[in-house]
Amino acid sequence: MNILVLVKQVPDTSDVKFDERGVMIREGVQSILNVFDQFAVEEALRLKQKYGGEVSVMTLAPEQAKTAVQKCLALGADKAYHISDRAFGGSDTLATSYALSLAIKKAGNFDLIMAGNQATDGDTGHIGPQVAEWLGIPHVSYVEQVVSIDNGKALVKSILEDGYRMVEVELPALLACLPPTNFEYTNPSMSGIIKAKSKPYIWWKADDIDGDKSKFGLNGSPTRVLKMYPPPKRSRGTVFTENYQDAVKKIVEALMEKKVIE
Amino acid sequence: MSDEYKGILVVGEIYDGKIRPVTFQLVTKARELADTLNTNLSVVLLGHNIGEMAKEPIYYGADKVYIMDDKIFEPYVAEVYSRALSKFINNLKPEIVLIPATHTGREYGPRIAAALQTGMTADCTDLVIKNGRFVQVRPAYGGNIMGEIITPNHRPQISTVRPNVFKTKEPDKNRTGEIIQVKPEFDSIKIRTLIKEIVKTTVTGAKKLDEAKIIVSGGRGVGSKEGFEKLKELADLLGGAVGASRVAVDLGWMPKSAQVGQSGITVQPDLYIACGISGTIQHIVGMKDSKVIVAINKDPNAPIFNIADYGIVGDLHEIIPMFIEEIKRIKKK
Ligand SMILES: Cc1cc2nc3c(=O)[nH]c(=O)nc-3n(C[C@H](O)[C@H](O)[C@H](O)COP(=O)(O)OP(=O)(O)OC[C@H]3O[C@@H](n4cnc5c(N)ncnc54)[C@H](O)[C@@H]3O)c2cc1C
Ligand SMILES: Cc1cc2nc3c(=O)[nH]c(=O)nc-3n(C[C@H](O)[C@H](O)[C@H](O)COP(=O)(O)OP(=O)(O)OC[C@H]3O[C@@H](n4cnc5c(N)ncnc54)[C@H](O)[C@@H]3O)c2cc1C
Repeated sequence: MNILVLVKQVPDTSDVKFDERGVMIREGVQSILNVFDQFAVEEALRLKQKYGGEVSVMTLAPEQAKTAVQKCLALGADKAYHISDRAFGGSDTLATSYALSLAIKKAGNFDLIMAGNQATDGDTGHIGPQVAEWLGIPHVSYVEQVVSIDNGKALVKSILEDGYRMVEVELPALLACLPPTNFEYTNPSMSGIIKAKSKPYIWWKADDIDGDKSKFGLNGSPTRVLKMYPPPKRSRGTVFTENYQDAVKKIVEALMEKKVIE
Repeated sequence: MSDEYKGILVVGEIYDGKIRPVTFQLVTKARELADTLNTNLSVVLLGHNIGEMAKEPIYYGADKVYIMDDKIFEPYVAEVYSRALSKFINNLKPEIVLIPATHTGREYGPRIAAALQTGMTADCTDLVIKNGRFVQVRPAYGGNIMGEIITPNHRPQISTVRPNVFKTKEPDKNRTGEIIQVKPEFDSIKIRTLIKEIVKTTVTGAKKLDEAKIIVSGGRGVGSKEGFEKLKELADLLGGAVGASRVAVDLGWMPKSAQVGQSGITVQPDLYIACGISGTIQHIVGMKDSKVIVAINKDPNAPIFNIADYGIVGDLHEIIPMFIEEIKRIKKK
């Protein structure tokens, strides 16, 4: 079983602040490994334990994302691919998924490609399905668990709004993963961190992956971000601290006035 | 090159044998956009034995409904839907395509954009025409930021759109339109995905969270599985659904399908009543766009009060029964 996990470094979004003009402050915001991706890595390592093989990770990102990739190696991944070039600046999901699919083809044959269901910054959830489309392989999203791998097929649990599906998919396939509610993330051990330093870390530039360069970066991106702004803020409303009967009455009255209850 | 692309297409979803409400929400919104752009509105439905349902989108504003009726579409599988839709869209050449941002839509949708090599905007919460341009509004960074996205030169412009952000109008059963059968086309038909089992974890008869106009939601403060019974009573009275924080799900008090938030589902009801939920960012991103928020929490400093329109500081076990009584009293009138 050769598994590749796509990983992304993201700003810690529980810590986003804006300046007085409403521009997001990027300085001082911690960068972390996307939690969905950490789950995917841990699930891949569990599969490796069970079925053998190798777990590689891949990112397409500026050099500083190495910290996040290194964390994957410290958790136990065997090998890393880091594609980094100014040519990829401004990529939307079509351009990102195209470049990733080229790098995957170059990196070799994988039985399984895993990704996060979404990255907590861009939050589109496009990359997994789109990489699968470029590669011409099937994929399943919202995968909470890889139950088994048998006979060239993976059996996975995929979450729906009102339940879940058990899906069997032929390999090679891509799985976009979502941590289950009570998932406990592992912290890399000291020895893991030390071992990570001597694991293969492969750097590629745009020239190293064969493809149509006009589809890279901003030029290859059909979408444009026109502007960004903080969401309309909700403000603190009326808070009652006593006289509950009366408070309940007033609230219900207000709700009827606003026609949210009839 | 983009001149040959005309009209708006809404991809409808059939779920559990019915057209999903989000379909009608998108049709209602798309009608508005089509009128502004002075163009036509089509809907495409994939499924098996679709029958009379095909008329329904017309009542909400569709001019044409395309039907792809084949047993291959039951049960839903991403690679089949994305392939059939990519072909169809490539033939129809609409300028705008709207897809529901459901778990299924977010699974097959992005593949279509890659297949057609065009731009796609994820999980939109608003769609507007500004100076003749189609502007897609979406949250990013865990709901901490809003972005306006355009697809200037590629067609079609594709968006997935969140359920419940657009409201439906009353259906007009006298409205007429065209229903057109389409034979699904596939390049190759080797399907590599097989659905072994579909399990529903919502209590049967319970309202679906993502479709409810009113949600009564509980967290750790509810205290027990039995505690949720009172929330359910209130929700039933209001014709709403019961939601939960992740802690309440982790503790086994509510099923995962009830979880609201970053790793659960995003809801946008008219009314969200948060009971014994502290209001961490991961919960708030899933419900902060509700029209009205009411919070009940015994801690006056709970962050949930900072986004609530109305709050009561106190014990929910005392206060929820008061709500139930008050609603009953009003209903009697
Ligand atoms: C405010 C804002 C809004 C945006 N909206 C859109 C939009 O609507 N449409 C659009 O096309 N682009 C959009 N973009 C650009 C988009 O965020 C980037 O293309 C981004 O690189 C990838 O998208 P994502 O973060 O949404 O990833 P997702 O698709 O959410 O990521 C899913 C998974 O794919 C893998 N993955 C993602 N990126 C990488 C990577 N670089 N290297 C390795 N693995 C990766 C990870 O496993 C990740 O968990 C937006 C950007 C901003 C700032
Ligand atoms: C990656 C990630 C994803 C996550 N995704 C989600 C998600 O999707 N959804 C989600 O909800 N959380 C999510 N969380 C967890 C989140 O951080 C919080 O732990 C969780 O939301 C807290 O749930 P709670 O408000 O029920 O519990 P608590 O934070 O413990 O709050 C309980 C509240 O109940 C009040 N209370 C107690 N007793 C009473 C009483 N008798 N009457 C009135 N009030 C009372 C207390 O004052 C307190 O404010 C996620 C976390 C991570 C790291």
